[in-house]
Amino acid sequence: MTITYSLPDGFPRGQTAIVAGATFGVGEAPGYSTFDMAAKASIAALSEVGLRPRNVDALFAVVMDDTLSGLSFAEYLGTRTRFNDNCRTGGSSFQIHASIAALALASGQCDVALIAYGSNQKSSAGKLVGSTRPSPWESPYRPLRPISSYALAAARHMHEFGTTREQLGEVAIAARKWAQLNPEAVMRADLTMQDYLAARMVSDPLGLRDCCLVTDGAAAVVMVRADRARDLCPRPAYLLGAAHETTHREIANMPSLTTTCARQAAERAFAQAGLGPRDVDVVELYDAFTINTILFLEDMGFCPKGEGGRFVSGGRIAPGGELPVNTNGGGLSYCHPGMYGLFTMVEAAQQLMGVCGERQVPDVEVAIAQGNGGELSSEAVLVLGAGSTL
Amino acid sequence: MTDTHPELEFFAFLEGGRFMIQRSRESGQCFFYPRVAEPGTGATDLEWVEASGRGTVYSTTVVRQKPPTPNYNVAIIELAEGPRLLSRVDGLAPESVRIGLAVHAVIKRESDKPIVVFEPV
Repeated sequence: MTITYSLPDGFPRGQTAIVAGATFGVGEAPGYSTFDMAAKASIAALSEVGLRPRNVDALFAVVMDDTLSGLSFAEYLGTRTRFNDNCRTGGSSFQIHASIAALALASGQCDVALIAYGSNQKSSAGKLVGSTRPSPWESPYRPLRPISSYALAAARHMHEFGTTREQLGEVAIAARKWAQLNPEAVMRADLTMQDYLAARMVSDPLGLRDCCLVTDGAAAVVMVRADRARDLCPRPAYLLGAAHETTHREIANMPSLTTTCARQAAERAFAQAGLGPRDVDVVELYDAFTINTILFLEDMGFCPKGEGGRFVSGGRIAPGGELPVNTNGGGLSYCHPGMYGLFTMVEAAQQLMGVCGERQVPDVEVAIAQGNGGELSSEAVLVLGAGSTL
Repeated sequence: MTDTHPELEFFAFLEGGRFMIQRSRESGQCFFYPRVAEPGTGATDLEWVEASGRGTVYSTTVVRQKPPTPNYNVAIIELAEGPRLLSRVDGLAPESVRIGLAVHAVIKRESDKPIVVFEPV
């Protein structure tokens, strides 16, 4: 039986906007709890637009060390929420929060939505913190999760399309060049192709420089309806489209290792926005590993399937290239505090607001903030636009 | 067999030296990992069938270790019956495992538990 959808997609295009975004503790922030960190970022974001925690009535809060984070963080901040959702699909959680916040705001269920995340994984554990049950089907084989899962996808991409280590290296080098323009970025030293290729292998074909950083960090964004956005912020980042899709949890159950459901998510988000890849000025995507950038650029329609390796070559996605990708330096060189998705939203919104300093891309009208959860499992795409796109 | 305890039964079969997978009687499709219902259809008309053990390497990686600890292989195997599973290819150097390699299942004991690994045909 095929399910027929009886309603057209009624996403409230441009009816809501991100009016503030902030980060805290990027790199190392010893001595803080995850909620301390999320609160620091939240207060900073709210302050930008003259709001206080008590003005927030919709909360979307995720940390790695508390399943009931929605309750704990409401209590911590002193917000009494009438909409509270701590949906967690890994690194794509925050894009999904934004899509739900848009529906809730547009239908009058709430007025001020706060999306927040905080992680002290670097200071507290020094490695990626797991918060999921061990799999009886995968654990006996000791995959280095999540790295081996992405390595298996990369190996398959190389097999099917001839993608090379040097092309993965182009992604790492472009990210580093952007990070060098971002004073908050953790890794800012020069990275050459020789350095990239000489770095030790971790899980073939991925080496150390193919892998995201392990850092602390917190982020927060504030969303309101469009009518109020203009009063709070000179250049709001309007949410034009937001869609997500999930296919699996563990990598062996991914339908195809070389095509992610970012394809379907992007198709729907672009359709909601009435825009396409050609209209996009900056792409902020979840580069937990170098292969992600290649897969997501293909799947979101920036180049044909299999062409991603060639597409990222020759500095096309680096500063000065024709498509700016991960202008903050990404998970590879800016920061990666466990669930990075919210940082792509902060950067995309701030590029639209024009507040990115040396790394600011001129005249940004359309920005993508993509999130990836699990092991290429959950993909979420936000299309954000300047006032000119309304 | 509509009342199944998937994980328990799978490992009980494996203890007895049999690599069993589930199939829906109606769809005739096999799936892995074991569940109480067929994914997608929700069908509970499930039966255990013995896997042929034949498969091919769908993707492969080498997990690098600090010497002298040896590196090891992790691979996704596509079974002849269709489903894929995470496993490992033994019987050749981890770096020599290639996508497309024909393999067959072998049951080994590790940490006092039976596991399915694969060897080249």
